[in-house]
Amino acid sequence: MKYDVILAGVGGQGVLSIATILAVAAVDADLRLRQAEVHGMSQRGGEVQSHLRIADRPIYSDLIPVGGADLLLSMEPMEALRYVSFLKPDGVIVTERTPLININNYPEIDRVIAALEQFPRVVLVDAEGVAREMRATRSSNMVLLGAASAFVPLPGADLEAAIGKVFGRKGESMVAQNVEAFRRGRAIAEGAHAG
Amino acid sequence: MPKFVPLGNEALAQGALDAGLSGMYAYPGTPSTEIMEYIQRAPEAAERNVHRRWSANEKTALEAALGMSYAGKRALVGMKSVGLNVAADPFMNAAITGVNGGLLVAVADDPSMHSSQNEQDSRFFGRFALIPTIEPANQQEAYDLAAYAFKLSERHAVPVLVRITTRLAHSRADITRGEALPEKALTLPQHPQQFVLLPAISRRNYARLLDKQREFEAESEASFLNRYEDGPDKRRGILACGIAYNYLMEHYPDGCPHPVLKIGQYPLPTRLVARLVEACDEILVLEEGAPLVEEMLRGYPFEAGTVHGRLDGCLPRAGELNPVLVARALGLDVAEPAFTAPEIVVGRPPQLCNGCPHGDTFRALNEALEQYSKGRVFADIGCYTLGALPPYNAINSCVDMGASVTMAKGAADAGLVPAVAVIGDSTFSHSGMTGLLDAVNANAPITVIIVDNETTAMTGGQETPGNGRFEQIAQGLGVAAEHVRVITPLPRQHAQNVQVIQEELEYDGVSVVIARRECVETARRKRRS
Repeated sequence: MKYDVILAGVGGQGVLSIATILAVAAVDADLRLRQAEVHGMSQRGGEVQSHLRIADRPIYSDLIPVGGADLLLSMEPMEALRYVSFLKPDGVIVTERTPLININNYPEIDRVIAALEQFPRVVLVDAEGVAREMRATRSSNMVLLGAASAFVPLPGADLEAAIGKVFGRKGESMVAQNVEAFRRGRAIAEGAHAG
Repeated sequence: MPKFVPLGNEALAQGALDAGLSGMYAYPGTPSTEIMEYIQRAPEAAERNVHRRWSANEKTALEAALGMSYAGKRALVGMKSVGLNVAADPFMNAAITGVNGGLLVAVADDPSMHSSQNEQDSRFFGRFALIPTIEPANQQEAYDLAAYAFKLSERHAVPVLVRITTRLAHSRADITRGEALPEKALTLPQHPQQFVLLPAISRRNYARLLDKQREFEAESEASFLNRYEDGPDKRRGILACGIAYNYLMEHYPDGCPHPVLKIGQYPLPTRLVARLVEACDEILVLEEGAPLVEEMLRGYPFEAGTVHGRLDGCLPRAGELNPVLVARALGLDVAEPAFTAPEIVVGRPPQLCNGCPHGDTFRALNEALEQYSKGRVFADIGCYTLGALPPYNAINSCVDMGASVTMAKGAADAGLVPAVAVIGDSTFSHSGMTGLLDAVNANAPITVIIVDNETTAMTGGQETPGNGRFEQIAQGLGVAAEHVRVITPLPRQHAQNVQVIQEELEYDGVSVVIARRECVETARRKRRS
């Protein structure tokens, strides 16, 4: 088994929290892991990506080859489009639908969504809306992770356990809230027929 | 033992702690920062009271580490690539003094310049100083190298350079930890004059360093970091340095058909290299960084030959490697990606945070400068370098730590009056003070704006060495008290701030305007914790 994920978003959105949970779940399942992070200047509101690789045998490269990713998980719709060259022909895109507009020349959002909808396997999630409904706006990344979990070859229960580990020191209610966000996201993906 | 999934930087730090480290010295800089941050968080570092405070700059860091080595203990220095330029003086001379306790100089290079002004390759510094250099290929090696390299350092009484690159520094993997070693006792050098670099002693020490080159090479021949892996197809042999080895093996998970020489320790193991060259028709050199080994293998003249790599266009001359570039160099079939980003995708450059004090400072500075011609603002290294981009377009240079002050002085010397320097509080602490002294001594008509957000923001909010003392420092260096001004960069203070800057621009001498307001990110982190 080998599973490669490109994580994308804008600096400050919490892309690395998603990566951490996937990483913890993978390592707890005795899988091998590589996860390349982005630090430094681009974290200041710029585009960020992380490469996460899971396998049951040694992994060499920290970077996923172009055309090699099984999953592109993005917290922002235009950022998803930026990295589509990394996707395998049968790769899945799971992305937030709501744009983060911090530049003057952001394209029309309808065109961004239309471009995404042309991909063979794509799940657009209104994670921000779901999190707002839950009165937990900071859990939108867990909604997205939940949606992505429908495709990731790790049991949902393992991912929920990892959420517990990562958010544990912030208290039980924070864990419960994030697990709930995760489950709502998963339900959306399971209803979306992308796979 | 619990599972350990560190960044390359963290693996290196834990390895050093487990190898009996007594002190780490560093100045923050991407991609090296997490080495020190890990040690600052590590419970055993606190228990053992391992030295772990940030230094004012890379030079002071390396000198302090050399002092700890003099006293017989194991010390680690951390910095980014260009930091080694700042520390070059003690670095080159520590090779001549040699060490007592083991001394590792860990330098994180940044090929492709993700967060740096250039992509210099620190392996050249290792060759320059004639000391052993280690380049781990993965997180496990980054962990394992510390115990090995401290012993290497002590066995030969030389500092050891550890070179890592961005992708290893900032990538996590699962690794296995080894046994923890005790720290070393306080012991002075055996020869009381070892560290006294008077010419007569330097010549003796240097001769000894030259004599050791063969021993360093013998160490490289036997090192666990250098490995010859034979393969049946001898039409091509591959010499892969550091993490370039991973990009090679990515394509051959069940073993490379060609002989491979994996290099993780320099000087190059001549016998292993000769074995590869003799066995194979052609050699492909894979290096994350400059074509250092490739040039050595080619010799002169640089004509097309049997050595391939970055110099003959087989690989790009600049930038970091990746699996696809290496696949093409190997002549493997690389399928075009199934998808390409549509044209509507636009760049999203980094920018100052909402509410960032630097934005308010740049707005005030731009307005204060409206009456003058453009092109007179020299800036420095930090978040505020983003003032070069729209909407501010406020600065005209960013070269190296501290260069804002000195370049402004030089431009003013040439007649560009007034000239302005924009420098952060941490950068001023690092390298701005000596330049300010030059300016004061010449009574140069410059205005130095210290954008003081009370932290080293760009690298994640580390303490600033001169925090809380900039008025005194400026005055102590000779800036007249009435020309050391403090402003608060806030929108509601805008008119007042413009006026202060204008007054100081008109002054025919050195002014220091301290624009002080806490970094919004630091403030947010404090609120949360």
